[in-house]
Amino acid sequence: MDAFLLQVLNGLDKGSAYALIALGLTLIFGTLGVVNFAHGALFMLGAFCAVAFDKVVTAERVLLDPIKKTPWGTPLEVRVPYAKVWFGDAGEWLIDYSVPISLALAVPVMMLIGVAMERGLIRHFYKRPHADQILVTFGLAIVLQELVKAGFGANPIPMPAPSSYQGMADFGALIGMEPNTVVYPTWRLVYFLFAAAIIGAVFAFLQFTTFGMVVRAGMADRETVGLLGIDIDRRFTFMFGLAAVVAGAAGAMYSPILSPDYHMGMDFLVLSFVVVVVGGMGSLGGAVAAGFLLGILQSFASMNEVKQILPGIDQIIIYLVAVAILLTRPRGLMGRKGVMES
Amino acid sequence: MDPILKVQNVNKRFGGLKALDDVNLTVERGTVHAIIGPNGAGKSTLLNCFVGRLTPDTGTVMFDGVSLLGRKPHEINQLGVSRVFQTPEIFEALSVLENVMVAALAHRDGAFRMNAWGALDAEAEIRDLALATLEDVGLAQRRAMEAAALSRGDKRRLELAMCLVQDPKLLLLDEPTAGMARADTNNTIDLLKRLSEERGITKVVIEHDMHVVFSLAHRISVMAQGHVIVEDRPENIKGNPKVQEAYLGGAHA
Amino acid sequence: MTNLNAADRLLLLLFAVAVLAGPVILAPFGAGYPDLLQKFAIYGLFAIGFNILFGLTGYLSFGHAAFLGVGSYAAVWAFKLLSMNVLPAIVFAVLLGGLFALLIGYVSLRRSGIYFSILTLAFAQMSYNMAYSVLTPLTNGETGLQIALDDPRILDGAGQSGGLPLTNLFGLPMNQTWESELLGMTVQFNVGFYLCAAVLILGFYAALRIFRSPFGLMLRALKSNQNRLNYTGVNTRPYALAAFVISGMYAGLAGGLLAATDPLAGAERMQWTASGEVVLMTILGGAGTLLGPVLGAGMIKYFEAILSAINKAELSDLLSFLPDALREPLVSVLALFVGEGWHLTLGVIFMAIVIFLPGGLVEGARRAMRLFSRGASDAPSEERPAK
Repeated sequence: MDAFLLQVLNGLDKGSAYALIALGLTLIFGTLGVVNFAHGALFMLGAFCAVAFDKVVTAERVLLDPIKKTPWGTPLEVRVPYAKVWFGDAGEWLIDYSVPISLALAVPVMMLIGVAMERGLIRHFYKRPHADQILVTFGLAIVLQELVKAGFGANPIPMPAPSSYQGMADFGALIGMEPNTVVYPTWRLVYFLFAAAIIGAVFAFLQFTTFGMVVRAGMADRETVGLLGIDIDRRFTFMFGLAAVVAGAAGAMYSPILSPDYHMGMDFLVLSFVVVVVGGMGSLGGAVAAGFLLGILQSFASMNEVKQILPGIDQIIIYLVAVAILLTRPRGLMGRKGVMES
Repeated sequence: MDPILKVQNVNKRFGGLKALDDVNLTVERGTVHAIIGPNGAGKSTLLNCFVGRLTPDTGTVMFDGVSLLGRKPHEINQLGVSRVFQTPEIFEALSVLENVMVAALAHRDGAFRMNAWGALDAEAEIRDLALATLEDVGLAQRRAMEAAALSRGDKRRLELAMCLVQDPKLLLLDEPTAGMARADTNNTIDLLKRLSEERGITKVVIEHDMHVVFSLAHRISVMAQGHVIVEDRPENIKGNPKVQEAYLGGAHA
Repeated sequence: MTNLNAADRLLLLLFAVAVLAGPVILAPFGAGYPDLLQKFAIYGLFAIGFNILFGLTGYLSFGHAAFLGVGSYAAVWAFKLLSMNVLPAIVFAVLLGGLFALLIGYVSLRRSGIYFSILTLAFAQMSYNMAYSVLTPLTNGETGLQIALDDPRILDGAGQSGGLPLTNLFGLPMNQTWESELLGMTVQFNVGFYLCAAVLILGFYAALRIFRSPFGLMLRALKSNQNRLNYTGVNTRPYALAAFVISGMYAGLAGGLLAATDPLAGAERMQWTASGEVVLMTILGGAGTLLGPVLGAGMIKYFEAILSAINKAELSDLLSFLPDALREPLVSVLALFVGEGWHLTLGVIFMAIVIFLPGGLVEGARRAMRLFSRGASDAPSEERPAK
């Protein structure tokens, strides 16, 4: 039971990331009818927002100590982050919490990038064949990741979680089990809660606001909504921005779990696509459910007991599930009929 | 009496909506059978049940002694049922002649034949057959044009040629004159009439335009609210009070 | 070749001459060396095959690098187990590439459109992951699969001594090169290149036949209107699957030739970037055209060779005629696009082509010609331009 629970927990953080990316993909796909091969790159950009933010707040002032010398007789360098110099303890706190605080940077930046992408590029491809949409976003994904590579280098950049979230949490004790039976990295729990909150917020937004209602109506039947005299285009632009924000925030918060590198986007994109296919193209609920499902499945497949019987199963389990789903339920778990089938 | 198509007790529901309600229909070989009725009467739904696009919930559809239910569109075509769509479905990127050649090849070679090494240029029989059919529908002049560049009326002629070249036992026509100008409509009527006389192909025609229906049909079935309410010869349909009620009532419902 | 019409025969002849004279034609452009010439031919084949799927049927696969990789592994295994002769290796590569394509195609083609693209991408990524992990006994993981002295080589392994054996065609080693002076240039005639060139010409001929066949017509009809094709009595799935397998065999062939000219195979050949590259080659030249993919492959590989070799210092030298104030910022911007950053250029070309020239170079040339000939005569051409 403990082992089982632990594997479920292990799957949650990856599953959360899949679910968040898949949610954005589905949102863009449902509203704009565009499959965005650059969506993984948006996740990656979000992670690098956190990296950039961290670099800024940890930028150090270098002073030469007037008295002290190094053992070699050169003046001793004293490195103090500017944040600490200027803000004192608050600065230290800023550095410690750079990842969550970087959301304050990531959200507007990603919204901007998303809107710019939709206005500048995607918009001109609504009437082009799907193959062209795939190709142009694919090209964009390459450009974005190469730019990041040029700016930040090719190596993964480790990002610290805030110090008070770095250790392990006794999850078992939290839910009334024996202490120390199920311990789990605290930040991963935070990530799961964060993802759940975002998903909840997006669904609430779509469900309870007029804006969301129009968007949902537009997803079901774009032309009719257009005929009602509603400026659906503007709303869809915003939805693209929102999807970019979701992906970017997911990436920023994920950075302590997986050190960001320039090609993390594509790795996650491929899996998120599989998630979308399994969940059912065009179904937001399906995307989220399948994201968690596959994340957890993957974590079970990477247990040593399982790997001894089926070596390498952890590498391919998601794809195998996708194949099984497609062969038995071609529209995915919660897919609607007629989506993207022409 | 030699029925080619026999529809018995067909029902189809879409959610709560009963699209087809116990439909019975018999089409005699060599006749033109029109299905008319107000919008939403279930005409297109019925046609979709013949070609494998939809499967009825209950009932049977027999064509020339075999059931059509559960068969895929290409299988039904290979049995000898061709269809003209309401909005012309053609291969827009191919030339007019190539469009008809595809249909001719499908008729000769069946649903799949791996012929990747032979030259299309060497298929003289297919080409001649396709050209003759284009001649028949009056498109021979335009054979080298890209199909996308044809006028709407010509696209429909092309689609008709694609069906005719397969020498179908049953031809389904879904509003063959929809959206056409009067002159074009008359041309199409003449064409269909001539083809009926020359080739004697059995046709099922869905049509709104009464002028077209009464010019072509040997028998008419009137549908309303998923049900066939009357089936009779054209001259008996016009005065039938049930038909008038269906159209007027249908407008109110 | 009896079944080709006069225009196609001429096209084939010109193509063959151009390919065979490749070392001479390309020498002035600094592209006349065997390694690059081989790449032109090999990736040209890869793109020709990809085009049979994408250009004719419209099915956009993002996983074709997997078949290339499989072909390479298969060929290296043939070198290890059978013989250093390239012939069995190539045959083996084609067969395995085709078999693999059959498996992946069978599943992926249950869906069309975007689903299909995603599925092929996922399968390729799965193959890539497996090559690095579970299949290490077959692929030698990150090190890559290589030939070794003590490989069995049951056909010609006996009596080996000294260094590693060379890939050869009945004793003629692939790396043998004759140099000669021609018009003041050094022209290199390399056995490996001529093997690739011969296969490329055969591959082009086969593609030409497929394009002009009833099967090719069916594929184009499939691309144009799959629904209509179904209602015309055609079972579209086996047609698409056949095209998929054929293109997979071309990819396997290309992978086999890569191994034939340099007997090693690594999983990085199966990565999604490699799949993306063949898509780019095809659309850059012009999907659905006969010559486009070969041109596209040549251009990409040429620019790759040129641009990836440039470093910042060389760039600075190249621009030495500019004043310093202008040169330095320019150099630092351009440096993003060369050397290691060559992939950025690739991405930019990718986007530019899709945005501005969806028909690719061949379509662009056609448009330019039309513009040109419109000036000369107003008579519209009666026939559609031959594909």
